[in-house]
Amino acid sequence: MVDTLTPVLTDLWDAELGWKLATYEERGGYAALDVAFAMSPDDVITAVKDSGLRGRGGAGFPTGMKWSFIPQDNPKPKYLVVNADESEPGTCKDIPLMMGNPHVLVEGVILSSYAIRANKAFIYIRGEVVHVIRRVQAAVAEAYAAGHLGSNIHGSGYDLDVVVHAGAGAYICGEETALLEGLEGRRGQPRLRPPFPAVAGLYASPTVINNVESIASVPAIVKNGAAWFGSMGTEKSKGHGIFSLSGHVQKPGQYEAPLGITLRELLDLAGGVREGHQLKFWTPGGSSTPLFTAEHLDVPLDFEGVAGAGSMLGTRALQIFDETVCVVRAVLRWSEFYKHESCGKCTPCREGTWWLVQALARLESGQGSEEDLDQLLDQCDNILGRAFCALGDGATSPVTSSIQHFREEYLAHLEQGGCPFDPARSTAWSGQEVSA
Amino acid sequence: MTVSTGSTGGGVEKTDLVTVTIDGVQVSVPKDTLVIRAAEQIGVQIPRFCDHPLLAPVGACRQCLVDVPDAGNGRGFPKPQASCTLPVAEGMVVSTQVTSPVADKAQQGVMELLLINHPLDCPVCDKGGECPLQNQAMSNGRGDSRFSDERNRGVKRTFPKPINLSPTVLLDRERCIVCQRCTRFADEIAGDPFIALVERGAQQQIGIAEDAPFLSYFSGNVIQICPVGALTSEQYRFRSRPFDLVSTPGIAEHDACGSAIRVDHRRGTVLRRQAGNDPAVNEEWISDKDRFAFAYTHGDDRITYPQVRDDDGSLRPASWPEAFTVAARGLAAAKAAGGVGVLTGGRLSAEDAYAYSKLARVALDTNDIDFRARPHSAEEAAFLAASVVLTGPGNGGVTYDDLESAAKVVLVGLEPEDEAAAVFLRLRKSVRAGGTEVVSLAPFTTRGLAKLSARVVPTAPGDEPAALRALAAELDATSVLLVGERMAVVPGALGAAAEVAAASGARLAWVPRRAGDRGALEAGCLPTLLPGGRPVADPQARVDVATAWGVAHLPEAEGRSADAIVEALAAGTLGGLVIAGVDPDDTTDPAATRAAIDAAGFVVALDLRRTEVTDRADVVFPVAPTTDKAGTFVNWEGRVRTWEAALHNPASLPDLRALSGIAEEMARLGEGSPLGFRTVEEARAEMAQLGSWDGVRVEASPTSVESSRTDRGSDDSTGERDDSTVRLATWKQLLDNGSMQDGDKYLKATARTPVALVTPGDFDRYGPTVTLTGDRGSMTLPAEICDDLVEGVVWVPAGSVGNGVLADLASPGAAVTITGAEGVHG
Repeated sequence: MVDTLTPVLTDLWDAELGWKLATYEERGGYAALDVAFAMSPDDVITAVKDSGLRGRGGAGFPTGMKWSFIPQDNPKPKYLVVNADESEPGTCKDIPLMMGNPHVLVEGVILSSYAIRANKAFIYIRGEVVHVIRRVQAAVAEAYAAGHLGSNIHGSGYDLDVVVHAGAGAYICGEETALLEGLEGRRGQPRLRPPFPAVAGLYASPTVINNVESIASVPAIVKNGAAWFGSMGTEKSKGHGIFSLSGHVQKPGQYEAPLGITLRELLDLAGGVREGHQLKFWTPGGSSTPLFTAEHLDVPLDFEGVAGAGSMLGTRALQIFDETVCVVRAVLRWSEFYKHESCGKCTPCREGTWWLVQALARLESGQGSEEDLDQLLDQCDNILGRAFCALGDGATSPVTSSIQHFREEYLAHLEQGGCPFDPARSTAWSGQEVSA
Repeated sequence: MTVSTGSTGGGVEKTDLVTVTIDGVQVSVPKDTLVIRAAEQIGVQIPRFCDHPLLAPVGACRQCLVDVPDAGNGRGFPKPQASCTLPVAEGMVVSTQVTSPVADKAQQGVMELLLINHPLDCPVCDKGGECPLQNQAMSNGRGDSRFSDERNRGVKRTFPKPINLSPTVLLDRERCIVCQRCTRFADEIAGDPFIALVERGAQQQIGIAEDAPFLSYFSGNVIQICPVGALTSEQYRFRSRPFDLVSTPGIAEHDACGSAIRVDHRRGTVLRRQAGNDPAVNEEWISDKDRFAFAYTHGDDRITYPQVRDDDGSLRPASWPEAFTVAARGLAAAKAAGGVGVLTGGRLSAEDAYAYSKLARVALDTNDIDFRARPHSAEEAAFLAASVVLTGPGNGGVTYDDLESAAKVVLVGLEPEDEAAAVFLRLRKSVRAGGTEVVSLAPFTTRGLAKLSARVVPTAPGDEPAALRALAAELDATSVLLVGERMAVVPGALGAAAEVAAASGARLAWVPRRAGDRGALEAGCLPTLLPGGRPVADPQARVDVATAWGVAHLPEAEGRSADAIVEALAAGTLGGLVIAGVDPDDTTDPAATRAAIDAAGFVVALDLRRTEVTDRADVVFPVAPTTDKAGTFVNWEGRVRTWEAALHNPASLPDLRALSGIAEEMARLGEGSPLGFRTVEEARAEMAQLGSWDGVRVEASPTSVESSRTDRGSDDSTGERDDSTVRLATWKQLLDNGSMQDGDKYLKATARTPVALVTPGDFDRYGPTVTLTGDRGSMTLPAEICDDLVEGVVWVPAGSVGNGVLADLASPGAAVTITGAEGVHG
């Protein structure tokens, strides 16, 4: 198994003014454009297909295959939309990537648009991160000025315009069809599928929607070849990915490594769990993925490995919780998030998240009986797979997985008539209290 | 005459059938059928809320989840699927709640969730008793809630109680399950997307923009399709319980669309009206006028007993027999003194119209009968006889379905949103489906035309014939021409329409405004036509009718039109008048009509309510409103729609009963014959027996009148247009001062504000308030800029201000002067 980091997207993050065009170009940036323009768009799609790149937004759909679904005989314009609405609790890879190296995204947008024959691309950035929006806007402006965007790019005859769009702050707009609704100026709620975006997406035209990291991975694939990319990772989950470690670790941050690395290895790189504490539970891919515990330390973090262990790789957002954390409290907080962010379109998610919060709040405060746990699980069963989009499913993951792994802890709340944990102990300043 | 080409509507399309297995039962349904409707075919009702067959699928409520073990490709769906969004596929296997525990649990789970935040106020909720949520909670829900028991007491989301979305529609947000039926209706069907989802999660609700209420002519439909009690009617709120109501099917009397309605009444009082379901006509929608305007029948001015003029000149109550006798004697005398004219108005049922038609011929011995209580012309009468009467869905007449399949629909002198609401909705449906292009010869792009994405051919009033001929080249057999009744007074317009239709192969239909117009035409309430479209001028036709009626002969000369009757009364050449439901202000020249009624030697008025006409009459008979009698409306298509009496009011009799009494009494005096029927059933039987004319139809006379406006403005002779002279474009809006909208203040509050639409130039010249002056008076109105209004034209609503345009201003199309209103600075 691999045991070293593979900085590709993150390579430039520590460079002086790494986000500037000059820095990026010094290191060979935008060179992939000429490589691609020498190829046919179909060959670019083939290269990405051959690389084995899978969507980095969570679902892991093969990127090249998604591109090949765009019907090229459709007379309507084609669009590329970059999903930069990173909002999943724990997920923090796209935002630092766009801060640290916006040009790799822009270059990826050009290459991807060229491949699917789009002349207009949109980068939909979460509205709250104004600093990131500004940085990407600046990068796009620089790219225009340098002739990497606009008409007849690099003399290839290919034209592309890029629009940086700021979202209005809704978790649901990370769902690709809700994102399209938002981009069209409508209320952000998921659309009925079919038709799928590849056939009728933005403005009812063929549209590819990809995550930031997926698109940003394309320049290196074009430049270094599919085989180079495929040499990293595991058989079905190839390449590099950013693993975001947060919570009770010594050195939280983004670790770019081949897919298939384990949490044990990542924790080694990150200096381990908080000093003097042990790992209690963790999320492999953000709060919507079922929780793991210490017994999953050696699960290979690729799509198959995590799925095989009963969770999802998701966005590789590894939130680490040590033994000071009350799992019931953590799950309640997440559920409050889902209740707040449910778009309201479908009944199970809208009403179900409302119920989950009330039920968990009672349990956390020690009210109820063991039957309530079963009822909670039954309620999750009535939400999971019944909601319109995956948000409802995601809302049940922390609840069901936490009861699966920590049923005793829930019961302890009931037995003691309240939470047995001291929340202060899990804070970053625990042990530093000074008496008045 | 009109021959079905088979190009539209007639062709039988071969439908691809798909066979699926639902709960073990095989069923074949057309391709693209949704599973939820395929299940209905085998008698399985899958519970649903957001699903509505006339709205696009949305899949929001998730109540209709079913298990699909085989999607038709050998693989099943891992999760339950919403059957309202899932089209059938060959070989698909579906297990509904009937056979699948998974589907059943999913449905019960969704139902439980729906009820979490739903208030338990069913006992005071308008919907209680007819509520899909209540009903389906019983059929497909858990017996008890796990959210409200002792152990697990939840906190429901609450909102302040109802808020007004409009003067007619209220929203109780607590009850709302945000299925989006109402917002989808407003957006997809009505084209008035003034209600929308706001907020999110459990706080998601239906809302309106600040200061932008849900003012739509069709807003009431959302109350009816709301599957819970969230949307309620200001008019009906807290008035009744559904299980106390008796529902009687009816036909809307406010326009010529023939829309099906349901009259809900309790102990002799109509409490509300709902849309009926007539797929061939109005589908499941009606206008707010059809829904809310029914209070006019029970106002204080309702006439409940006959009246005769006393010796002292006042009207006094009379018994029916006395009134019959007085009317018969008076009419007999008037007959001797020159004759009697009959003005029937446009609101009659076909049976009543037939009674007037027969009364005129057999008792009054005249063809002086006209249903057109509005500006009309001889050209129109000829057009109606040649191109309209006897056409219908069975014999090649244009239908609603034809509007949907037509490639192009040309509107001439017709603003469907105002004048034929169901036509508007059907056109919009067709336009949205991408099938039909609407072209309108209109002075500007109205809101309704904008919603039809119509191509407007800018046409000043009077210029329609030329515009129509210019359009002829782009018409063919896939086109439909819809001509409104307003074209009667544009010389050459109806002739041009017939000529263009004949030359291009386009199909032609006439769309009147009033519910009784077409039926009166068929019944022969026209000086040139006998019942069944028989030309008066045709001896064979007269013999035909005389034989059926058992009379020796019928009057041979064609009669006087309504205008000519008015003229003759004023001149004293006609001795008397039978008048029914005519408002002088609707007629060609209101002042002349009033003068004629005053001049008439003897007037018999039949009306529902006291009016200025009944005040001037010598004998007044009360007549029944549509709720109190059976009847028939023939809609613009020529489609026959009958209804039965909703209320049983022995004192409220149809016109034909009063007329038969008069005729019998006259026969006793030796004047003519009795009608031979006293009830609606008897009249229907006789009408059926008489049947339609199968002889030679009147030929459309070649357009003899060259389109010209020389007689339409007094100042045209110089050829120079005075700057301040503009041509008057006008028509009645759906909601205005019409007397049949009396009594419902909520409905009235949703009417559009009357304004004069002026060109930007005229607005700059005359300012925000203008005074229009015509040959009948002046009208001062706020002016509003209309960007694409034809130069030299002003538009005002015909019936929204004062006594209406005809009485207070001038004839449609006439020249009026425009000035800035005094004392108002622009």
